[in-house]
Amino acid sequence: MPEVPLLKVNNLIKEFPLGGGLFAEPRARVRAVDDVSFALSRGETFGLVGESGCGKTTLGRLILRLVEPTSGDVEFDGQHILALGAKEMRLLRRRMQIIFQDPYASLDPRMKVNAIVTEPLCAIQNLAKSERKKVAAELIEKVGLRAADLDKYPHEFSGGQRQRISIARALCVRPDLIVADEPVSALDVSIQAQVINLMADLKKEFQLSYVFISHDLSVVEHISDRIAVMYLGTIVELAPAVSFSDSPRHPYTAALLRAVPMPDPHRKTEPFPMEGDAPSPIDPPPGCAFHPRCPHAFERCRVEKPSLVKTARQHFVACWLNNSRGLGIE
Amino acid sequence: MKRFFRNKNFTVGFILSLIVIIAAVISLIWTPFDANRMNAKLRLQGPSWQHPLGTDQYGRDTLSRVMVGAVNSIIVGLMTVAIGLSVGVLLGLASAYYGKWVDETIMRFSDFLFGFPAVLTAILITSILGPSMINAMLAISIFYIPVFARLTRAVAMLIWEREFIVAARAAGISEWKIAWRHVLPNILSTLLIQGTIQFAVAILAEAGLSYLGLGTQPPHASWGRMLNEAQTYMSLSPWMAIFPGLAIAWAVLGFNLLGDGLRDTLDPKMVRIR
Repeated sequence: MPEVPLLKVNNLIKEFPLGGGLFAEPRARVRAVDDVSFALSRGETFGLVGESGCGKTTLGRLILRLVEPTSGDVEFDGQHILALGAKEMRLLRRRMQIIFQDPYASLDPRMKVNAIVTEPLCAIQNLAKSERKKVAAELIEKVGLRAADLDKYPHEFSGGQRQRISIARALCVRPDLIVADEPVSALDVSIQAQVINLMADLKKEFQLSYVFISHDLSVVEHISDRIAVMYLGTIVELAPAVSFSDSPRHPYTAALLRAVPMPDPHRKTEPFPMEGDAPSPIDPPPGCAFHPRCPHAFERCRVEKPSLVKTARQHFVACWLNNSRGLGIE
Repeated sequence: MKRFFRNKNFTVGFILSLIVIIAAVISLIWTPFDANRMNAKLRLQGPSWQHPLGTDQYGRDTLSRVMVGAVNSIIVGLMTVAIGLSVGVLLGLASAYYGKWVDETIMRFSDFLFGFPAVLTAILITSILGPSMINAMLAISIFYIPVFARLTRAVAMLIWEREFIVAARAAGISEWKIAWRHVLPNILSTLLIQGTIQFAVAILAEAGLSYLGLGTQPPHASWGRMLNEAQTYMSLSPWMAIFPGLAIAWAVLGFNLLGDGLRDTLDPKMVRIR
């Protein structure tokens, strides 16, 4: 019998209305997430990359039901979370937590670290003050801060330290899944490595699964088991991290890989294969959303939208080039 | 605390308001004379050693009456702000959180209340319910509800957009608990500032209503009432009008400056709403 995946996302769609009011119909709708499906097994780290505005943050919040989807389904450990009532949902939240991108915005400036870190716990049970402090002290040391920091306010910490507090808060209820929404993007490069290593250590210790969202491919590659590339709300390529950089099959992935800076001054720079900005999701191009920027686009791409198909073991690509042959990019 | 006193508005406002409060507190246990005791022999006197602020048409000591009037004003200020604040904050939070038709209903209701000149409606209310201090407070409170509802809505909406609210939601905290634990503490300083300013406005409004005979009823001392009584004797004994008038100006200025000072120190970016 196959194992039930920890998280399963089926045909998730989220549209945001633009404009409109109490009685007025919205002027347009933006498809932030457009028919996304994937599954995450226990203990896995699932990387999600893409440009700003491609819908990765929205997808992360849909998974946790912080945003209600327009259609589609999310299964967490076999439970259809969208069917749960408010109370059941709150109880389920102890098993799924989130770490946010901006450590300056995600901590309440008027709360002490002690209260912040134990907040998810207080949502499910009433804890005595001393009990709370004990839990908080244990957590805060796990993430590399001192118990003395518990009585401080968030503004007394640096970005990296704040992100550690965020991580401690997420760990507080011993969740199974943590959605990390660009957890290191707001940090200095040197701090990024520390935080990522901390997250990797904690994963082992607490048997966590991550959905790791980032726009930085090198960060995602480092920590993920599998990687999905998003473009304009859809997953265009999904592959194990190991085979990812060696054999990109979608031209967009190839371009992203090319954009990763290499610490090698002698490496010859090739002309960048992609031009322009991502098109507006309000008015996406017909066919494959990537075709206006794609160097390999041909007639079919302009009219018909490719779906995600299996091209190799565990490797899925949504590109017409892959229907018959590989991309031919080294 | 030091950073508050570095602000001149706050310091001056604090001292002026403190004097009003002290005068009121003292009057509860001691006044130079019984504020309501008449003395026909000493009518309409100017300032003297015995009666520093003079006496009124019945020979009552003006200083004592001004002190007792301070209690009256403070009670009105406290009660109206308390009522307006509690109801207004609740409505404002509901408005900010639910949005849609709840928001529309509450805000249009606020507009409706704002649409009438405050004093006119206060006159209407007190003339329906009958003139008394309680009814005057009620009339002022009703006007404070939309003031605080709008302010709360505006600042709460900003806070509700912040990421730490999403974080709390992700932690499984219920929405009303989020409002209580996260939104309220973050808008408290703004409410405190507005509350202080509305306190000053309430003193002025009560004086106005009492002047018109709609607020505090005789023989109780009220600054507005005293002005009204002094009007008849303006040419004979201007002192009778000057001191209650000064008291009103003093208290209103004091609490206004206090509010401004609080705003400057607590929230330099805050936009004042009415």
